[in-house]
Amino acid sequence: MAQDVIISARDVVVGFGDRLIINGLDLDVYRGEVLGVVGGSGTGKSVLTRCIIGLVPKRAGKIHVFGQDLDEADDDGHRAIERRWGVLFQHGALFSSLTVKQNIQVPLREYLKLSEPLMDEIARLKIAMVGLRPDAADKYPSELSGGMIKRAALARALALDPEIVFLDEPTSGLDPIGAGEFDTLIRTLRDTLGLTVYMVTHDLDSLARICDRIAALAEGKVIATGTMADMVRHPHPWLRSYFGGERARSAGIKG
Amino acid sequence: MERWRAHAKPGARMRLIEIRAVTETSHAQQAMVSSRVEGSRLTVALAGVWNSETAGAIEAKVRSLVAEGGTPGAVTLDFSQVTRLDTLGGALVRAIEEGFSSRGVPVERTGLAGAAQTIYAEVAEGLAEPAPPRPAPKPGYVQALDKVGEQMLDAKGDLVALVAFFGQVVLAAGSIFTGKGRFRLAAVVTQLDRVAFRAVPIMFLITFVIGAIIAQQGIFFFRAFGADTYVVDLVAILTLREIGVLIVSIMVAGRTGSAFTAELGSMKMREEIDALSVMGLNPVEVLVLPRLIALVVGLPLLTIIGDLSALAGGAVVAQIYGNIPIDIFLQRIQEEVAHRHVWVGLAKAPFMALIIGLVACVEGLRVQGSAESLGMQTTASVVKAIFMVIVVDALFAVFFASLGY
Repeated sequence: MAQDVIISARDVVVGFGDRLIINGLDLDVYRGEVLGVVGGSGTGKSVLTRCIIGLVPKRAGKIHVFGQDLDEADDDGHRAIERRWGVLFQHGALFSSLTVKQNIQVPLREYLKLSEPLMDEIARLKIAMVGLRPDAADKYPSELSGGMIKRAALARALALDPEIVFLDEPTSGLDPIGAGEFDTLIRTLRDTLGLTVYMVTHDLDSLARICDRIAALAEGKVIATGTMADMVRHPHPWLRSYFGGERARSAGIKG
Repeated sequence: MERWRAHAKPGARMRLIEIRAVTETSHAQQAMVSSRVEGSRLTVALAGVWNSETAGAIEAKVRSLVAEGGTPGAVTLDFSQVTRLDTLGGALVRAIEEGFSSRGVPVERTGLAGAAQTIYAEVAEGLAEPAPPRPAPKPGYVQALDKVGEQMLDAKGDLVALVAFFGQVVLAAGSIFTGKGRFRLAAVVTQLDRVAFRAVPIMFLITFVIGAIIAQQGIFFFRAFGADTYVVDLVAILTLREIGVLIVSIMVAGRTGSAFTAELGSMKMREEIDALSVMGLNPVEVLVLPRLIALVVGLPLLTIIGDLSALAGGAVVAQIYGNIPIDIFLQRIQEEVAHRHVWVGLAKAPFMALIIGLVACVEGLRVQGSAESLGMQTTASVVKAIFMVIVVDALFAVFFASLGY
């Protein structure tokens, strides 16, 4: 089966002031995979993600999502693309003045014309799918624990049944058990809904457990892509220390 | 938790991807539903694309089908012509199933395969638990009475909170004298700079204009009686006794009270106040007391500036409109306007300051987690402070009148 490229970035350059964060980066994301993006602090993982979803302007290069050039799409084109992806921000970014149910319904209201009862049903379904209890629907984000906020934010990201979800450090701030459950959840949703998952993470457990492929960022470029085994064998010093250290061994990665 | 693992079958993903790739190429972006009756069995045939794009268009049709379907012996849902299904479409199909099974009609599914089967199973499982019952809405008049009652209790709660908070402030102030607390001079000076010094230009401007307006209206009125010079008495007594302190207080409530509420509120939201408490510091002593002291010192000073600039505004207008020269204006003030008017005005200022500061800080510390709550409390702070300022001014008016002062 030929691999279907869903996101492709070519020669992307992003900088702030006179400092270039990303300099000539190439990256492909294939349909249906879980891609883990790793890199040291300040190597531009978040900047790259924000650049792909259009929150940070790039100086040069091309980014195609679903085969369409984001620079050439007009406003309607952008909206059409945006409803086909979902984003889970690092701290959830739930709207604090809305309940969980209302948060999930924001994209539904914005993009679709559905009746109230159906929207309630859909919110209830999404809440069940991400493993929240039904009574979480009428709670406000300030009444939720960290893990519940992540789940609620994931439910909002999945509201329109996107094809791609972007996850920015989905397991940061969760306890190891909660993080493990979240990983399993992401994989299950990928398997049942056919999602493509683009995940920025520092969590070696997540990388080992659910990522099909890993892309490592350093010096403004993707220095390596491949499976966990490829990463472990790679000679780059940062990858050697990241995947070869004590923490990696405890995550069950063999060097 | 268990159910996630149950679905994590290897291989399911690959199959899904192929099906998606095939359905993407078909351009029949439409959902269709039709029904036929065979004996006592109703067959509902679903066709086309059932996803977020098409759910809105087909929903009405689905609802009417369920409503008009009656109670057949059995219902068959035929998925065989469905080219694509996602969870939104699935939820809609599930509504057909729910509709019939709630009337006791058995429903079976045929033609489900591949990705659609996985997704529909997920939908059915997610919605398996019945929706929690909604409390019936109360009749309108009950809601109205409820609201009035709540408001009354809120008002009582506000008053209790204000008094309790004043008690805490007094305790904190007392702890400074007993040596347990610390007088934070640097904080007081910083606040004084923000509360009073930086407010001088706007206070000067606004009271100047108010003084001018009073003088202008007075001149027009007194001229009819040939008593032009009485405008000086009017401007001086009115601004010194009432308007000066009132305008300055209202401005301070809007300018400084809102800032206090927003500052304390965002500190509360980010747990900074909790951080102070666990370090053994009293938030009232550290945050509230310096602000209150700055207000109590600053507001009378601003009132003096406001009084002077209102008189200046009055004098300028009296000169231009009423041909009353400045020296006559000043002389008339010295001869006719008693000192007590100045003291009555200034005596009120510290009380106004205390009320504005207390209301602002109480509201700030009441902020809950959300951004909306911060906005609501800030609005409440300004509205309540201005209301209280005017009420207190009225009480003072009654008080001084009965003293004959």
